Amino acid sequence: MTNATEERTALYGTHVRLGAKMSPFGGFLMPIQYSGIIDEHRAVRTAVGMFDLSHMGQFVVTGDGVPEWLDTLTVNEVATMRPGQARYNIFTNESGGALDDTIIYRLPSHWLVVVNASNSAKMWAWLGGGAAKPSSVSLDDRTQRSALIALQGPRSVELLQPLTSVDLGSIKYYYATEGMVDGVKAEIARTGYTGEDGFELFIAAGDAERLWDKLTAKGTRVGLRPAGLGARDVLRLEAGMPLYGHELDETITPLQAGLDWAVKLDKPGFVGKQALIGQRSRGGYDRIAGLIMDGRAPARAGYQVFYDGAAAGEIRSGSPAPALGGKNIATALVSEKAAAPAAQIEVEIRGQRHPAHVVSLPFYKRSR
Amino acid sequence: MAQPTDRFYTKEHEWVKIDGASGVIGITEHAQSALGDIVYVELPKVGASLEQGKPIGVIESVKAVSDIYAPVSGTVTEVNSSVVDDPAKVNGDPFGDGWLVKIDVGDAGQAKQLLDAAAYDALVEAESH
Repeated sequence: MTNATEERTALYGTHVRLGAKMSPFGGFLMPIQYSGIIDEHRAVRTAVGMFDLSHMGQFVVTGDGVPEWLDTLTVNEVATMRPGQARYNIFTNESGGALDDTIIYRLPSHWLVVVNASNSAKMWAWLGGGAAKPSSVSLDDRTQRSALIALQGPRSVELLQPLTSVDLGSIKYYYATEGMVDGVKAEIARTGYTGEDGFELFIAAGDAERLWDKLTAKGTRVGLRPAGLGARDVLRLEAGMPLYGHELDETITPLQAGLDWAVKLDKPGFVGKQALIGQRSRGGYDRIAGLIMDGRAPARAGYQVFYDGAAAGEIRSGSPAPALGGKNIATALVSEKAAAPAAQIEVEIRGQRHPAHVVSLPFYKRSR
Repeated sequence: MAQPTDRFYTKEHEWVKIDGASGVIGITEHAQSALGDIVYVELPKVGASLEQGKPIGVIESVKAVSDIYAPVSGTVTEVNSSVVDDPAKVNGDPFGDGWLVKIDVGDAGQAKQLLDAAAYDALVEAESH
């Protein structure tokens, strides 16, 4: 079942010891689930879930002109980021399609660009080659030397605070700082991909297993569960966050994905800007819509969507949503009319059409 | 893992328990465990004809869609509506209350083509390595 070419994160042995179901993802053998997707989901929504995200690409960027250069490659603003700030962004191609989506962190001595594992090699080649990097900018792929442990859920602060002298309350949402966690050097970021409060801890690969075990031991009291990529996918879908390869890819622009808030068309020139300006001014493009199935059959990626009796697009992600009482939610890439909130549509499942309706994203928003 | 010895198994992880002319069909403990949390079960209607080895329904977990195959041919006489209403019952008791359909068995001789408990044990053992 497994392929020898898949990489392992520093926590691979830990996952196996915990009895996780392992599966290839983005070139790595990753934990899909431990206790079960629904149990892990509940932990994240009500307590804390702990994820190994060490498969994600970690590129350190240093030198003169980093933000100005990154601004020529992405749709959101980089140069306006404040010290310590993290910002969601999208690298685009000339036609405005997404090469990858990313979070860029502005840390005291460097910039950190975190990319999807499945796009890591492509983005390394793009940044180091095609993207006209100035000679004053240096790139370092530290993925193999690093680990990334995410704590996500309302009790994350309660769990993590006793292990660090950094005042976690002083780290605002989408900010990061450097500090020690249980005696090891870390970049502590208040970011995530679940729709909950939480932290992402960037640490050295060699520190990962010990910190994971420490967090596990300390986490018992707050209901911590190790959580896999299965739960993560359900959590991000409920929170209306795109997954590359589903809601975004090289043929789907950030505008089509509904990420207009991250597209700064008044920014100086960037790759794909003209295509995006054209798309926005023409309008009428196919776009990502959120759907709730009216019946019990789940919608899955690839199923055909119909509006007014005619083919209107396809499902891009679909899952039962525990946060919505088990209702089946999905995203679909469909015509503008079919994407209008409250539109009645149909999803073809095994040859039969099942009714669904369009809702505004996200499906789930935490109470603050 | 010891499988119940009172029934036969398919390589696709269904079981059938045959009692005279009638049979009960379900999925195995190994199958439910591999699927994870089951959220949706789609079963044939009473009166439907089943053909050995052909899909008769669908079981979906949070992430996966799996066909259910008929271990033997027959005609559906009863459908377990309680697992349709509460699919997690298949996780909880796949060999008992989590059964899927009851059938009139067309040809009990087809069971000879299935695995007995020991052979299925060996299959599961081999798959987990």
